[in-house]
Amino acid sequence: MSDTDTPAVRVTDLTVAYGELPVLWDIDMDVPAGKLMAIMGPNGAGKTTLIKAILGLVPPAAGRVEIHGERYERQRRLVGYVPQRGSVDWDFPTTVLDVVMMGRYGALGWIRRPGRRERDLALSALEKVGMTDYTNRQISQLSGGQQQRVFLARALVQDARVYFMDEPFQGVDARTERAIVELLKELREEGRTVVVVHHDLQTVRDYFDWITLLNVRRIVCGPVAEVFTPENLGLAYGGRMDFLQRQAPTDPPPDPQDAFHDYGRIRP
Amino acid sequence: MTLLSDLFTDYTLRTVALGSAALGLVAGALGAFAVLRRQSLLGDAVSHAALPGIVLAFMITGAKTPLVLVTGAALAGWAASLLVMLVVRTSRIKLDTALGLVLSTFFGLGLLLLSVVQHSAGAGQAGLDRFLFGQAATLVGDDLRTMSALGALVLVVLTLMWKEFKLLSFDPAFAGSLGFPVRRLDVLLTTLLVIAIVIGLQTVGVVLMSAMIVAPAAAARQWTDRLGRLVALSGAFGAISGLCGAVLSSLVPRLPTGPTIILVVTTVTLLSLLLAPRRGVLAARLRAARQRRRVRIESVLADLYRLAAQHREPAAAPHDIDALRTMSPDAGVRAGLKQLAAQDLAVADPDGRWRLTEAGLARGRELVGGSS
Repeated sequence: MSDTDTPAVRVTDLTVAYGELPVLWDIDMDVPAGKLMAIMGPNGAGKTTLIKAILGLVPPAAGRVEIHGERYERQRRLVGYVPQRGSVDWDFPTTVLDVVMMGRYGALGWIRRPGRRERDLALSALEKVGMTDYTNRQISQLSGGQQQRVFLARALVQDARVYFMDEPFQGVDARTERAIVELLKELREEGRTVVVVHHDLQTVRDYFDWITLLNVRRIVCGPVAEVFTPENLGLAYGGRMDFLQRQAPTDPPPDPQDAFHDYGRIRP
Repeated sequence: MTLLSDLFTDYTLRTVALGSAALGLVAGALGAFAVLRRQSLLGDAVSHAALPGIVLAFMITGAKTPLVLVTGAALAGWAASLLVMLVVRTSRIKLDTALGLVLSTFFGLGLLLLSVVQHSAGAGQAGLDRFLFGQAATLVGDDLRTMSALGALVLVVLTLMWKEFKLLSFDPAFAGSLGFPVRRLDVLLTTLLVIAIVIGLQTVGVVLMSAMIVAPAAAARQWTDRLGRLVALSGAFGAISGLCGAVLSSLVPRLPTGPTIILVVTTVTLLSLLLAPRRGVLAARLRAARQRRRVRIESVLADLYRLAAQHREPAAAPHDIDALRTMSPDAGVRAGLKQLAAQDLAVADPDGRWRLTEAGLARGRELVGGSS
């Protein structure tokens, strides 16, 4: 498995359809081990669905997924997942520590309850995300950024080799975003692979070294330096994506809010 | 005292009280999960849907033993809940609509079958209609044993699978990513809910049973923020309501047990909604009032400070209350001044004019800032 030629994630011919409508069409995607990869594309491009299909949470119509050279079902323990923050009810009666320990439930298996070991792992993960002071807090008292940190801590205790994160930067403040980026880079230093659904075109070059552009079909998948080009963005977002040119040093930096609205609107 | 001794000696009362407490305990505990998963109405659908199952079980077997009827009820309730899930998954119909459809269809079928049975089999077999509104007095030892055994089974499974059910309820997608079979867990938890419902039907009836699922959980949610305590408390509320309802209805002639139990449990819920320390309506009102008062005091204090700051020797300059009123027409100026006086931040001169104390000036400086 340490074979460097084997990609951490290999998706082949993946197709997902809701009813008649194809959401993902014939996706091929290789993610080399130890990369930080962004999945980007306009709204409705199927970014979340791609992650969910890889994790077996939505049934694919066709295709296969390999993690480090083996079928995903056999490698589940190697995979960590951070769902969208808004996908759960934060008024659920439980504590921060409890949520983080859920990351160990897969390793624990059926019926066995988390114990001291799980608790210690959770506490050190909370320290890593700077949430030690909130250990016994009821989760409804957390801000958006704190919720995101709790989800990340839960993923950390999974001790996975490949992480899938669905919009971890959604609705967090700048400080939390920086902290998360540091964490992602740390995970990469440790040789782990992180796949992130991302929205902000401005930060791609700073945060990621690999990217998949998606719009139902896979537009391109490769190193950011090579494939993050205006032409490819145009293909993914449909329409003219001239903001990369606007990024030339003589021009004022574009308002990130504008970029967001630009690509949010383009897709039919 | 006679009541207490009756509880131990009177066979009927003891059976009814124990049966009602057991159904309350199990329904409360499972109801907590139903409420957290926003499936409160599923309980309603299941209990109504159980009626045709009960009647059919009787028509097919000709027996009225509790296990047969409960099995029929459970199968029908279970079929109904699966049907609801199927409708939601395969069509564009939303959950509430699917629940409404399935509930009324099954209940209508049940009423129809019930009238068929009553007309064909004569008065001797008519006892089935007790399942409509419940008739706790008909509980006998056999019923109690069936209820307890099924209830214990439900609680044991719930305890064993605690961690899985918690994860399923909080974050099913994450549970799926860990490899837990989410759909099967969902069906299992729903099955436990169905069993919890059917063991209460004879006592409380199909029409009111859903309240035993929802009310204790809603009450318990007011008092705690931990899942374990929530489930335990919800079960306790259910059990106590069952017990009290049964005893109350035995004290008053012709007071039906099922509706009495429901009224007790909804009273518990109402009180919890009003009185709970953090989530209660009263506590929220108090917090809001305290906040309003603080704002009012601070606004009067700030006005007084601004007036004072216009003079060379601020502390010595008293001001008329009307001047303050013109500055903040909506703030209860006099009440605010009284509060300030109580906190030694302002004093009234004999002529009724007000000025800030040294402490008041300091606070005013903090509030208004150094600019003025």
